[in-house]
Amino acid sequence: MIEFWFVIIAFLWTGYFVLEGFDFGVGMLTPLVSRNAAEQRAGLQTIGPVWDGNEVWLITAVGAMFAAFPAWYAGMFSSFYLPVTLILVGLIVRGVGLEWRGKVDNPFWCDLGIVVGSALPAFLWGAVFAGLLFDGPVAALLGGAFTLAVCVLHGAVFLALRTTGPVRRRARTAAVIAGGVTIPVAVAALSGLGTIPALAAMAALAAGTALIWRRREGWAFAATAGAIVLATLAVFMELRMRPLPGLTLAEAASGPYTLTMLSWIGLITLPFVLGYQGWTYWVFRKRVMTGRPVQVAGQVAGAPPR
Amino acid sequence: MDALDLARWQFGVTTVYHFLFVPLTIGLGIFVAGLQTAWHRTGNEQYLKLTKFFGKLFLINFAMGVVTGIVQEFQFGMNWSEYSTFVGDVFGAPLAMEALLAFFMESTFLGLWIFGWDRLPKRVHLATIWAAAIGSNLSAYFILAANAWMKHPVGYEVVDGRARMTDLWAVLTNSTALAQVPHVIAGSFVVAGGFVLAVSGYWLLRTRAGMWRSAARAALLVTALAGAVVAITGDHSARLMYEQQPMKLASAEGLEHDTQGAAFSVVPGIEIPNLLSLLSDHDADATVQGTEDLQRRFEAEFGPGDYRPDQNVVFWSFRVMIVFGMTTVGLSVLGLWLTRRRRPFPAWLSRALLLALPLPLVAVIAGWLLSEIGRQPWTVTGELLTAASVSPGVSLAEVAISLTIFTLLYGALAVTEVVLLARHVRKGVEEQAPAPAAETREPSLMY
Ligand code: HDD
Ligand code: HEM
Ligand code: HEM
Repeated sequence: MIEFWFVIIAFLWTGYFVLEGFDFGVGMLTPLVSRNAAEQRAGLQTIGPVWDGNEVWLITAVGAMFAAFPAWYAGMFSSFYLPVTLILVGLIVRGVGLEWRGKVDNPFWCDLGIVVGSALPAFLWGAVFAGLLFDGPVAALLGGAFTLAVCVLHGAVFLALRTTGPVRRRARTAAVIAGGVTIPVAVAALSGLGTIPALAAMAALAAGTALIWRRREGWAFAATAGAIVLATLAVFMELRMRPLPGLTLAEAASGPYTLTMLSWIGLITLPFVLGYQGWTYWVFRKRVMTGRPVQVAGQVAGAPPR
Repeated sequence: MDALDLARWQFGVTTVYHFLFVPLTIGLGIFVAGLQTAWHRTGNEQYLKLTKFFGKLFLINFAMGVVTGIVQEFQFGMNWSEYSTFVGDVFGAPLAMEALLAFFMESTFLGLWIFGWDRLPKRVHLATIWAAAIGSNLSAYFILAANAWMKHPVGYEVVDGRARMTDLWAVLTNSTALAQVPHVIAGSFVVAGGFVLAVSGYWLLRTRAGMWRSAARAALLVTALAGAVVAITGDHSARLMYEQQPMKLASAEGLEHDTQGAAFSVVPGIEIPNLLSLLSDHDADATVQGTEDLQRRFEAEFGPGDYRPDQNVVFWSFRVMIVFGMTTVGLSVLGLWLTRRRRPFPAWLSRALLLALPLPLVAVIAGWLLSEIGRQPWTVTGELLTAASVSPGVSLAEVAISLTIFTLLYGALAVTEVVLLARHVRKGVEEQAPAPAAETREPSLMY
């Protein structure tokens, strides 16, 4: 039961990193790959309907840790107090930035919030997980650099996959550049783990970069998503032995009754969640058009400064 | 000032702040869904305009509910690690269920609703707003079940210094939760109804457009009905408090000594004989325990210490909750009567309706202060003291930094939210909903 819940939690974190990974990337890249307000809006529209649902993966992962491994939850967030505070700040400014952007006259502050609020958590989650596994600031910096770079790459590929016209072209270029930066960082960060999934994650990142170079956007996205899955797997394989310094999974776990109950609830509800989230992506599967300027009431396309 | 005090301040500030937005989400979501349903049923464009208008206000507010809620989810681990380790087995379960059963539903379907105006069949699109609104209400149930367990722990045993759940069903059907859930949800409908009343009142003073009358009438009805539920369930809560949290009840009434046939003190000095006993036990001669006597009994049971919560806060928050909340409800009953059968809204009434925005908000916050400060010094009544709940490894400086950051950020966001809401209220419906044809082609309008 303990093992099973560990797997569930690893699964939830993996889902979170894969899904919000591209949200963060899109958030950071949109100002770079768009030249006017319409393009900027189109870029953000690729994640508009889904980012909040993606974020709930995090809330669920954390809630599940609280329920299944209380001591792990408590130890992890109290020992990374300030990084977690900053992650929360990032998620706050990003969330209100995205939601309020279309409702203010000048979206400058919202855009700033989206960029900063995407970059902070993208970097800090890597730093926190590296801090769980290794000692020292170098490891944390490297871990953060790794997740930041991967999010940019993953987001660039996603943007290329989901837009048309000039945004798509620029996103592809950005993805190739990001891939060039990500691969060496990944080699430095993941070789510390040295396990098979870690090595496979590096290979998947290289494959993703090559595929986007060849303009195979769908396959490239599969590759970067696969790389995130593999890297998360590598991290959780380590955490299984030692979720926190001086703590084992068995010590951290809730009682068998709670775990059994949670299992039933999870098994019954998760298929529904996966089903309707999948349906959302299906509904919004069409590429977001950027070819023509978009006229919006009260707001002339191209006018507001970035 | 030590890390414990700051951690308490942080919890109080962030949670109260979260709850400024939550009731509006709970109530307004259902209200918007109702408006959209009315549009479907009647095909009347005015309902579509109102749906979009209140939908936009709902979304501005929703964003704040989400981002402040995320802080809550982490806060237990950050500031209250001893508490989390002690209760996680029991308390974590409803929290995890909340995320799985409610938050996913709410956020996913809201995304579909916002961006799905032109992509989903009309009926499916209507279903998405209902799913999102029901998700919000479900989330309230789970979190309140968790909160009720802290006041009245059930379905668990303590093993090796940690609570272990023995009966999930008992936790989810805790008598305290079953009283608290309808009370809070109905209270949220009073807040949301009051919000719609204030907005409609503002517009009724400016135009004669019939749609504002429709909106105001609907909100009057919602507020009055919710008010009845709040009063009934509040009475029920008070009786449970008599059994389960006598110290809170005594503090709320400023009753120092065990008294048979206790009087209800309206304000210090003015008392209604026997009413307190009547309210607590539906028996005018029942004995109500007093704070000083309880303090002696608690010391005998749990060892030396002060088991009395802050008397002033608990006493006054109880009164503020009832007076501010019920004034709004009374106003809506009066409004229903005055505007019956197509009678117009008198200007003074429209003006008075502006009060329906702040009054119930203050009432719900006061209710939480009563509820949470009245529980002190325990986090889990009879099991875990607040002083023993705090994270041992977190320093004063760390809490001070995060408290400062959150307070400043929250302050800035509050100002922005109020400005945004006010601006969209003033814009009114006309500009909100330009020619529908153009709008359906451009879903980016919502963004
Ligand atoms: C519009 C809001 C509103 C109104 C008009 C009332 N309440 Fe209330 N009350 C709340 C909003 C609220 C609340 C914010 O929702 C609380 C805080 C915690 C909770 O469970 O609900 C609450 C808590 C609360 C508690 C504490 C429960 C506990 O800690 O166990 C009691 C005893 C009452 N209420 C009783 C009443 C009575 C007798 C009312 C009048 C007839 C009343 N409330 C009106
Ligand atoms: C959203 C509505 C809520 C409000 C406005 C609220 C308000 C407060 C306030 C003001 C305190 C501080 C009391 C004091 O320190 O003297 C407090 C304490 C506490 N509350 Fe609540 N609360 C709410 C909901 C909840 C819920 C749902 C939970 C748990 C699920 C919870 C758990 C706690 C805990 C653990 C404390 C102890 C920490 C402390 O003493 O500050 N609260 N709450
Ligand atoms: C202190 C304990 C609490 C925690 C840990 C908590 C957690 C959260 C989280 C993580 C969210 C964001 C969900 C999302 O992204 O969609 C949220 C929103 C929400 N919370 Fe809380 N919450 C607390 C107190 C409360 C209380 C007391 C209520 C109700 C009475 C409540 C009702 C809601 C509702 C209805 C939402 C959805 C509205 C929205 O997302 O804006 N919460 N909460």
